[in-house]
Parts: sequence; structure tokens; C-alpha cells
Amino acid sequence: MSQLKTKHLLGIKNLDADEIELIFETAANFKDVLNRPIKKVPSLRDVTVANVFFENSTRTRLSFELAEKRLSADVINFSSSSSSVKKGETLLDTVNNILAMKVDMIVMRHSSPGAPHFLSRHIKANIINAGDGTHEHPTQALLDSFSILQKTGSVAGKKVVIVGDILHSRVALSNIFALQKLGAEVMVCGPATLLPKYVASLGVKVELDIRKALEWCDIANVLRIQLERQKMRYFPSLREYSIYYGINKSLIDSLNKEIVIMHPGPINRGVELTSDVADSENAIILDQVENGVAIRMAVLYLLAGNMN
Amino acid sequence: MQKRLLFNSKLLNITISRLCQHIIENHGDFSDTVLLGMQPRGIHLAERIKNELERQLNKSISLGYLDTTFHRDDFRRRDTPKTPNQTKIPFLIENQKVILIDDVLYTGRTVRAALDAMTMFGRPAKVELLVLIDRLYSRHIPVEANYIGRKVNTMPSQHVLVELAEQGKKDNIWLINDPE
Repeated sequence: MSQLKTKHLLGIKNLDADEIELIFETAANFKDVLNRPIKKVPSLRDVTVANVFFENSTRTRLSFELAEKRLSADVINFSSSSSSVKKGETLLDTVNNILAMKVDMIVMRHSSPGAPHFLSRHIKANIINAGDGTHEHPTQALLDSFSILQKTGSVAGKKVVIVGDILHSRVALSNIFALQKLGAEVMVCGPATLLPKYVASLGVKVELDIRKALEWCDIANVLRIQLERQKMRYFPSLREYSIYYGINKSLIDSLNKEIVIMHPGPINRGVELTSDVADSENAIILDQVENGVAIRMAVLYLLAGNMN
Repeated sequence: MQKRLLFNSKLLNITISRLCQHIIENHGDFSDTVLLGMQPRGIHLAERIKNELERQLNKSISLGYLDTTFHRDDFRRRDTPKTPNQTKIPFLIENQKVILIDDVLYTGRTVRAALDAMTMFGRPAKVELLVLIDRLYSRHIPVEANYIGRKVNTMPSQHVLVELAEQGKKDNIWLINDPE
């Protein structure tokens, strides 16, 4: 296989294992490029990419922008806080106006689940979903699985627990799809109020006790407590969350085995992870960030190959 | 399907040995010369050249692999994108004499991409090109090889099939008429 079957990356749900593996192989080559003195290749020199962010983001937008620049694409950035969206323009009008300026690819983050899927039915440009509400965040899941592959040699057969706010997390859903397609076993762990009601129907194990979850797993992907989405009180206090679900060094030391710690960032230090765990040798949090650029380069490159 | 044998194993060995003699004539003791095999099919030939040079000179020779996929000018213009391969250059090419090695020279576009890819690693003092087969009169850009195994007159409706022992086959290189 040398190309993706689709011209958009809307979610992991629509990808095959073969396609994910192709993205990983391509990303490994781009990771080599990123470790060279000159970290740039000319592949996308005739492509213009718009990063359209209707929701705040620092690392995802930076990571995409860097990936686009490393591929020599022309890049424009758009954020809703400084745009006509505030004046009442619709999503489709905003995007069509951007496309009228001869843009070839759209990287979009939006607070509504399904927004990129809606767009893909109405516009010709390639779309990459950079997070749609609480639905999917495919490039994050790809870089997470790629980081597991690079750290441990394989994803198949690994036991991965996703810890924290599963209810509001697009990272969790995309990760569950990606890990299962690649043959890993997945468990979710968190307070019952932060687990979706029917999450077990996705074929994942559910565990409420963090110690049991960590004893079971090879890899723990710890999610951020999304303070901005906690309009309802899902748990009494951050302190209480940290006592029951925070991962600290004494908990890790008491497991009698090594587990890999991942986090999509930004970390609430002292809430979901203590600093001595987040900065330990078993944490691959900064490797995830590095791999993120390579994965996004691979996705942009492969989708651009399907442009015509 | 008509096909004509260009090289068998015996002739291939004689030619590689002759090419190495020619390289040594120009590069002496290889104190500032390195080899770069072009992915994917130039690397096996490059390995053989390296081994033969090492045998004749009795010293170790630097060999790297160069992949040109991300530098090609036909990306998004061909039906399926090329699959990238590993680039491995475990030495500095700055101020070195580089010999690029590939199996077949046809349009010259891969060599152009290779020159582009190579500059990402530094500025060589000099670059030369070695190919096993030079398909004459078929260049799209002005590129010629310095060391040539065999010059062959070919038609656009033909292609060269390289089968080497490293790919689990017998050493045979064929000129094949594509079905119409």
C-alpha cells in the first residue's frame, strides 16, 4: 500500500489498520528528516494550507504549522477570536472565503462534533480534523500509537489504560479506535461521572480503581482534566481528584513493574500527574510532541498525494 | 513479452570490477571520497561496488543510502505516490567527493532529485555519477554519468528489469518490451 484511500482525515474510525501503518512508515522517514541539520523537504512547495482554529490550541496548531513549513507548504493561520465569525458568518461561508483565495488543504479545529465531516461534503479541499468538540482528534491518536510503537517496538498485544476525563475527551475516543485497530487491549479508568455511559460497548475494559488499572497495564495514557469543560461539577474538588486518580511516584514504585507514562498535554502538574512522574524516565511526553510533527508531516504528505 | 538479457552474473562481476578500476584511477586512495547509493535499487549495486573497492584497496570505504522520494518533481503528478525509503548517511559529505550510484539512468529526474536531497546534508567538493545501465537518448534534463556499466539504445516502450541476488533472485538484468 502506498496511498491512503481517502482525501480527508476526519477521524480514526474511518481508517484501516493498513492506512495507519502507512502513516507510521511515512512518519518514521519524516522523523529522520527532522533530525537532520536541514529539517526541510520540498514536497509540498506548490500547496497552500490554512490552519482554521475555531477553538483555542497552542501545541496542535504549532505542530501542524511546523509540519507544513517543514514540507515547504505555504501556510495561513486563522483563529476565530480575531475573525468575522464574531460578526455572525457561517462556518461554510468562512471556509469558502478562505478557499476562494486558492487554498488546497484545511486543518480545522471546531467545538462542534462533526464539523469537519459537514465541511467535507460541501468543499473540494482536503480536510484534516485537528479536533472536533468531544468527538475525535485523529492526529493525536496517531502520534500516541506511533510513540508507543517507537518506545516499545509494537502496539499489538500491548495493554493500554486511558486515565481521566473520558467523557469530554476527543483524544480518548480516537485513541480507543486507533489502539484497537492496531491490536492493543484498551481500558478506561476514571471517576464514574467522567466515563461515558456506554463506553464498554466500544469493547474497552472499564475500571474505577487507578491502582488496579495501573497493575493491569503496560502503558498509561493520562488525560488532562479539562477545567474549561467542567461547567457541571463532575467531582468535588481537584484535590479530591488528585488523591483518588492522580498518579504519583509512590504509586508507580509500588507496582513492581515498569509502565510507560503518556500525556497529550498540557499537564496539570499535581492534579493528574505529579512532577516526579511527569519528568521521570518512563514518561515519553516530550517524545509524543516530537513525534507529533512527524505524524502530521506524514498525514499532510499522504493526503496531498491524493489531491488530484 | 519479448526480453533481452543485458547482464548475467558473470558479466555483472566483470563490469563492477572494471568500474571500480576506473573509480580508483580518478580517486586514488579514497581519502576524501564517499559513496552514496540511491534508494531503493541503487543500494545493492553500491554495496557491491564498496565491497569490490575495499577488496582492491584493502581499506574501508564510506557508503551511505540516499532516498529521493521527498525531493521528486513528480509528486502529485503520478497516480500513486512513491513509497519513501530510509536515508542513512553516517558521515559528513561537506567537502567530500561524492559518487552517486544507481542501477539505471533514464530520464535523469531521479538524479536531479538526488542532487537536491544531497545538498540537505552539506556541500560536497565534487559529485560524480555511476550507473550500471545508461539508456541513451532518453534524458529529460541534462544529466550524464561519469562511470557507465553499459550503454543501451532503448525505446520509451521498453523498461529495464534489474534482478539481483540481494533481492533473493539470480543476478540478471533484462531489457523488456512492454505489452502494447
